[in-house]
Amino acid sequence: MSPILEVVALRKEFGGVRALDGVSFKVNQHQIKAIIGPNGAGKTTLFNIISGLYFPTSGLIKFENREITGLKPHLITKRGICRTFQNIQIFKNMTVLENVMVGRHCRTRCEFLSTLMKLKRARYEEESILAFSQKILSFVGLKDRAFESVSNLTIQEQKLLEIARALATEPKLLLLDEPAAGLSIRETECIAELISRIRERGITILLVEHDMNVVMEISDEVIVLNSGRVLAEGAPREIQNNKEVIAVYLGEG
Amino acid sequence: MGKKNLFSLLVLGIMVMILPLVISNPYYLSILIFVGIYSLITIGLSLLMGYAGQISLGQAAFFGIGAYTSGILSTKFSLSPWLALIIAIFVTGGIAFLIGTPALRLKGHYLAMATLAFGQIIFIILNEEIAYTGGPSGFGQIPYFKLGNFVFNSDFRYYYFVWSIVLVVLIFSLNLIHSRVGRALRSIHGSEIAANVLGVNTAKYKIQVFVLSAIYASIAGTLYAHFVTFLSPGTFSFSFSIALLTMVVIGGMDSIWGAIMGTALLTILLEFLRIFHDYDILIYGGVLLLIMIFLPEGVFKGLFNLIYKGNFPKNRLIKKSLESRR
Amino acid sequence: MSLGNQLLQYLFTGITIGSIYGMVALGFNIIYNSTGIINLAQGEFVMLGGMITIFLTTVVKLPLFLSFFLSVLLVTLIGAIFERLAIHPLKSPSVITLIIITIAGSILFKGGAMFLWGKETFTLPSFSGEKPIFVLGAIILPQTLWILGIMGGVVLLLIFFFSFTRAGKAMKACAVNRRAANLVGINVKLMVLFSFALSAAIGAVAGIIITPIALMDYDRGTMLAIKGFCAAVLGGLGSNAGAVIAGFLIGITESLGAGFISSGYKDAIALVVLLAVLFFRPGGILGNKEHT
Ligand SMILES: Nc1ncnc2c1ncn2[C@@H]1O[C@H](COP(=O)(O)OP(=O)(O)OP(=O)(O)O)[C@@H](O)[C@H]1O
Ligand SMILES: [Mg+2]
Repeated sequence: MSPILEVVALRKEFGGVRALDGVSFKVNQHQIKAIIGPNGAGKTTLFNIISGLYFPTSGLIKFENREITGLKPHLITKRGICRTFQNIQIFKNMTVLENVMVGRHCRTRCEFLSTLMKLKRARYEEESILAFSQKILSFVGLKDRAFESVSNLTIQEQKLLEIARALATEPKLLLLDEPAAGLSIRETECIAELISRIRERGITILLVEHDMNVVMEISDEVIVLNSGRVLAEGAPREIQNNKEVIAVYLGEG
Repeated sequence: MGKKNLFSLLVLGIMVMILPLVISNPYYLSILIFVGIYSLITIGLSLLMGYAGQISLGQAAFFGIGAYTSGILSTKFSLSPWLALIIAIFVTGGIAFLIGTPALRLKGHYLAMATLAFGQIIFIILNEEIAYTGGPSGFGQIPYFKLGNFVFNSDFRYYYFVWSIVLVVLIFSLNLIHSRVGRALRSIHGSEIAANVLGVNTAKYKIQVFVLSAIYASIAGTLYAHFVTFLSPGTFSFSFSIALLTMVVIGGMDSIWGAIMGTALLTILLEFLRIFHDYDILIYGGVLLLIMIFLPEGVFKGLFNLIYKGNFPKNRLIKKSLESRR
Repeated sequence: MSLGNQLLQYLFTGITIGSIYGMVALGFNIIYNSTGIINLAQGEFVMLGGMITIFLTTVVKLPLFLSFFLSVLLVTLIGAIFERLAIHPLKSPSVITLIIITIAGSILFKGGAMFLWGKETFTLPSFSGEKPIFVLGAIILPQTLWILGIMGGVVLLLIFFFSFTRAGKAMKACAVNRRAANLVGINVKLMVLFSFALSAAIGAVAGIIITPIALMDYDRGTMLAIKGFCAAVLGGLGSNAGAVIAGFLIGITESLGAGFISSGYKDAIALVVLLAVLFFRPGGILGNKEHT
C-alpha cells in the first residue's frame, strides 16, 4: 500500500527551542496512526506544520506523493487534509450548523459578486451545502442541536462539532489533536467509536492522544515522540512493551 | 435570507416610502437623507467589524476620498456625477486594496493604528493639496445628480434617490451575510486559524470585505458631495471615524440592522442636541464607554435582554453586585 | 544661516520633540507590558498634563513648580480612575472592545478638556528664562535642556523602579508572563492599575515640559499618541530603550522633513513612517520583543 502522507526529516525551531528535531514517518492509506509522547514532545507542532499553519525550519512533507511543504493552510485543506484543535477552536459567533457549513467552503465556489446578487448558482450551492452539512451532523450525532448556539454545547459536543466541521471538508486525511482530552470514560468510548466509523468511510486518521486505552484499542500503528524525535514506531502491542517508551513515561511520572 | 429579514425589509421599505409624505418639514427630511448616507458607511463598517472582526479607525477617509474624487471630477473637470460616482468607486476601492493588503496582515491594535494613521494622512492631504481640494476652506458649486431632465435638486427627490440606494446595498449585504462568503467572514472573526484550516482563504476575504466597506463609504461620499454641494476637510476627520464607530457600536456590531438603527439614533440625537454641537465628541465618548461596558451587544439587543430576560449579557460587574445583595 | 547650521538647528528641534515622543512611547510600553493593551488614550495624558498645569499657573496662580507636581498627581489619579472604571470591570475583553474603550476614554478626555478650557491654544512660561544658547551657530532654548534633563531623570527613575522596588519587579514579572506572575502571588490586577497610573504620570510630565515650546490645546492628544505609538513600534513594542531611541529618530526625521520638504506635511511624515514600520517590520527595527 502506498503511503498517503510522508514526513521526511522535519525540523522546527522556535528561537532556541527545538520543537521538532528530524522527524520522519509515513502514514498508510486507511490506517489509524497514533502519535503519543509526553507534554511538549512536539505533537501539536507537527500538526501545525502538516496543516500549513507553521513553516518548518527544514524537512519536507508529501501528501499523495506530492510535496505540500509550505503550502498555505487553505490549499492544504483543499488537497484533502483537515484537522481539529487541542484547544477547541469552534466559531462561537455561529450556530452548530453554520460551523459545519464553513467546512464546505473549500468544496464550493460562489464568490462575492454572485452571493451579493444571490444568483441562481449561489442559491443551488447554498442548498447543497446545507444538505451535506446536515448529513455530517447526523453522522456525528449532533443533528438535534443544529440550530443552537455553540455556547450551549458541552465539551464533548464541542469536540464532536470540531470533528464534524473537519469532515465537512471531505478530507482524505484527518488529523485529530487529543480528541478525548477532558472527556469522561463513557464520552471517550463514544469518540473512539466515532473515530473507527470515520475510518470505515475510507478516511485515514492521524491521532494525537494521551489516553492509552483509546490509542491501544483503535490504532493500527503508534509513533512515540519525545523531545522532538521519534523514539519508537510500531504496532500498539510492541510499543506497550518497549523499554525505552516505558522509561520515558515512567520518568515523566 | 430568512423570513425575519424579509419582514424587516418590507417594514423598512414602507417606512422609507411614506415618511416624506408625513414629514413636510424640509429640515427633518434632510436629516433623514444624512441618515441614509451615513447608513451606507455603517453597513460596510458592520460587515468589516461585526462580521469579519477587523477594525477600521479610518473609515471617514474612504468617505472623504469618495466625496472629493467625485466632487473634484464633476466640478473642475465637468464630468457627469454618474461617471464621477463610478470613477470614485474604483479610486476608493483601489486605494483600499493597496492599503488593506499590508494592513490586514496586522491584527488588533496594530490594524487599528494603521487605519488611524491612514485616515490622518488622507485628512492632511485634503488640507494641503489646495489646488484641487481648496484646502481647509474647501470648495463648492458641486453639481446635482441628473437623470435626463430630472434634476435631483430638492430634498424630496434626493431622499428617495439616497434611500433606494441604501435599500439596494442593504439587500446585497443581507444576501452576502447569509452565504458562503458571509460565513467565511464570520469564521475569521470566530477563529482565524480554524477558518484557515477549514479552507477559508482568510487573507483574501479580509481584503475583499475591507474593499467592499470602502466602496460603500465611497458611494456615501459621492452622495454627500452632490447633496451638500460643498466640501471641506472637517467633515472627514478622525472624529467622524469615531462617530461612525459609535453608530455601529450602538446598534450592536454584528448586525446590519443595528448599524442602520444606530446611525439613525445618533444622527437624529445629535441634530436635536445641536446646542452641544461642539461637544459631540463628549457624547460619542460617553456613549461608547457606557455601551462597551454595560451593553456590549448593542443598545437594542442589550436592552431587549435586560427587559425580557432580566439579565445583563456578559456583564459581571452588575451580576456580581446583584448577587452580593441577595 | 548656512546649511550646516540649519541642519544642526533641525537636529536640536528634532531631539527636543523626539524626547516627548519617546516618553509617550514609554507610557505605551508600561501598560502594554503589564496588560497587553495599547492604551489609545495615552496622548490625552500628555495633553491633560499640559492643560492642567496651565490652568493651575494662570487661573489658580500657583507657582510653576507646585503646579507641575500637582498636575502630575492629578493626571496620575485620572489614569488610575480610568483604569478602575473602564478597564477593570471587563472580564476577558476582546481586542476590539479594548480598542474602542481606550478610544472612548481618549475622546472623553479630549471633550472634557474642550468643555473646560475651550479651543484656544495656551502656553506656559519657560522654566528658566527664554535666553537662547548658541551652539555652533544654532540655537538651543533653555527649555530644551530642561526637557532633556527631565526626560533623563524619568528614564533613570524608571530603571530604578523596575530594578529595585517590589512593585517595579512585580510589574516586570507580569510583563514576562502574566499567568506565572499570578501563580507566584503577584496581584496582577493591581499591577494593571499601577501601570495605568505610572504611564499617566509619565505622559503628564511630557505634556508639561513640552508646553512652553510647542504650546498646548485640547486637540493635541491624538497626534501625540500616534507619534508615540510610532516610536514604540519602531523601537520594538515593549522595549524601553528602543522607545527612547526611536522617539529621537522620529523627532529628527520629522524636523528634517518639515524643514527640507514641506511643513504642511510635517505630521504626515511620522504617519508614513508608522505605516512603513507596521507593514514591513512590525517587530520594530531596534528591539524585537514581540509582534502582532
Ligand atoms: N508558537 C510557539 N512558539 C514558541 N514555542 C513553541 C510554540 N509552539 C510550541 N512551542 C514549543 O515547542 C515545544 C513542543 O510543543 P507542542 O505544543 O508541539 O507539544 P505537544 O507535544 O503538543 O504537548 P502537549 O501534550 O502538552 O500538547 C514546546 O516546548 C513548546 O513550548
Ligand atoms: Mg499538543
